[in-house]
Amino acid sequence: MPMTITEKILAAHSGRESVRPGEIVNARLDLVICHEVTTPPAVEMLRKLGITKVWDPTKILVTPDHFVPNKDIKSAELTKALRQWREEQGIERYYEIGNHGICHALAPEQGHVHPGMTIICGDSHTTTMGALGTFASGVGSTDLAAGLATGELWFRVPESILFNLEGAPQRGVFSKDIILEIIRRIGVDGARYMAMEYRGSALPHLSMEARFTITNMAIEAGGKSGIFPVDAITEAYLAERTPEKGTRFESDEDATYAQTHTLRVDELEPMVALPGLPSNGTPISQTKAVKMDQVYIGSCTNGRIEDLRIAASVFKGQKVAAGTRAIVVPATTTVWKQAMKEGLMDIFAEAGCVISTATCGACLGGHMGVLGADETCLSTTNRNFTGRMGHPTSKVYLASPATAAATAITGALADPRDFLPKPVAEEQQMWGV
Amino acid sequence: MSLPTVLQGRAHVYARAHINTDEIIPARYLNVHEEAELAKHAMEDIDVDFVKKVQPGDFIVGGEDFGCGSSREHAIWALRGAGVKAVIASSYARIFFRNAVNNGFLVLECPEAVAAVQDGQTLQLDLEAGVLHIHETGATFTFVPLSDFAKAFLAEGGLLPYLVARMKGGAA
Ligand code: SF4
Repeated sequence: MPMTITEKILAAHSGRESVRPGEIVNARLDLVICHEVTTPPAVEMLRKLGITKVWDPTKILVTPDHFVPNKDIKSAELTKALRQWREEQGIERYYEIGNHGICHALAPEQGHVHPGMTIICGDSHTTTMGALGTFASGVGSTDLAAGLATGELWFRVPESILFNLEGAPQRGVFSKDIILEIIRRIGVDGARYMAMEYRGSALPHLSMEARFTITNMAIEAGGKSGIFPVDAITEAYLAERTPEKGTRFESDEDATYAQTHTLRVDELEPMVALPGLPSNGTPISQTKAVKMDQVYIGSCTNGRIEDLRIAASVFKGQKVAAGTRAIVVPATTTVWKQAMKEGLMDIFAEAGCVISTATCGACLGGHMGVLGADETCLSTTNRNFTGRMGHPTSKVYLASPATAAATAITGALADPRDFLPKPVAEEQQMWGV
Repeated sequence: MSLPTVLQGRAHVYARAHINTDEIIPARYLNVHEEAELAKHAMEDIDVDFVKKVQPGDFIVGGEDFGCGSSREHAIWALRGAGVKAVIASSYARIFFRNAVNNGFLVLECPEAVAAVQDGQTLQLDLEAGVLHIHETGATFTFVPLSDFAKAFLAEGGLLPYLVARMKGGAA
């Protein structure tokens, strides 16, 4: 029976020849990722039931990320509980602050994610890791507890939506613009319960970093997962990080899709999602120059090295506008170090940005840049819901790191194409898009 | 089933689409996970007065894609802690729905009822018959029946007790 890549992964992990959308399968898990917000409740649930051992400590990765370094006593207690638990369980893949990172950026970067895997984490942006050809989905604490105890979890096999991304993006257009356009088209529940699969002639122009941004936001369209096929770009990324090759699954030509969409990537312009919903995407040329109190560059969506390179290329020799605050948050410690080595930190500092350690920070209104009443923020994160980054009357706009940096310089929503250096072919390639 | 088959309570209507988990329990309160603590801030970013109005046994009535956004199970715990017995919505976001089922928390899909119920009305839910009744108007609606899967979890009190029962039974 013809199957999609997602169906093949789920079949292979549930001892089945084939699976169909709608079926419930019990799938074996290859990796469970744990952070300090949703794991301690899961651990407590297991303790109450007398389950004191995880199924396999070698298949679990732990890092504190949301409120690190601890923002208050309560978050310190959560992180302490996480740390103690991982010690008592003998989980070796642990990233303490100094080596830590936002889990969805850290796990692939450190070589723990291999094609064909099934991955869960108590966090909705787990979908990020599907960029490496995995089935990766966010779950709540109860699912996490069940996964940690048994190494298995029930899934309803999702229908898949196919997105054909065609053409090469123009200068100033990045993968964030692509995903904002997709969500604009299908809506915040357009892919509800479904897997979002990507193909097309744009893929060779999308670096791994760029792909992670796209799969990261699958949940913003209601998706269960997002997935890219494995290709030379995937393999090169893996080769730098792990001897593991994983298992390469491919969708059959005649696999069934609930919907197919084609997106001319080469016709896109930079996008901004206006406050309220990630589906409020608007081409930059149709937006007004709204004044921004803050610009935030970071998160599991756009806090990787490529994102910082792009932002730095815009900031170079420029200054953050008076009346605007700019905050740069590398997604992982490795990204932080790399940015330091490449001199990007100097560019940010000279421009007048604040640079933080890796943390989820203000992305979820935690710390490091929480917004006050009525404040505006252009953010490279993934959610612009009411109150997401602070006060319920604050307003969050979503865009790419390039648009964010350009906006920081002018102090109001700005087109990055006015600031990006003139195209150099190889550089464009290096940035992916 | 561990739930009574007929539930009665008052409706708090928030019929807007895409009510997200950041509104149900803002991230600024995620540094705890005790239900009683979370309950103090339930629905805070959509209605600051919700916790003053809600009575144990009440229902929330929501629109399309209820519970979208973050995977935080805290959203279920905050509602349950505040005394909410069930949510009735036009449709649900995936993780919220899954979390509810896993917690043995009742989430029903009934778009027709959502359009008809007024804030403050008294609803009766007959879980066996799959019927929702509005006390004030006498209108009745059928909701999407619970899946066998959801029923099995509800009967055991959630996914984890279900797994434990299975492990003890040697089936796992
Ligand atoms: S960076 Fe933001 S979206 Fe990503 S895991 Fe952290 S809080 Fe969630």
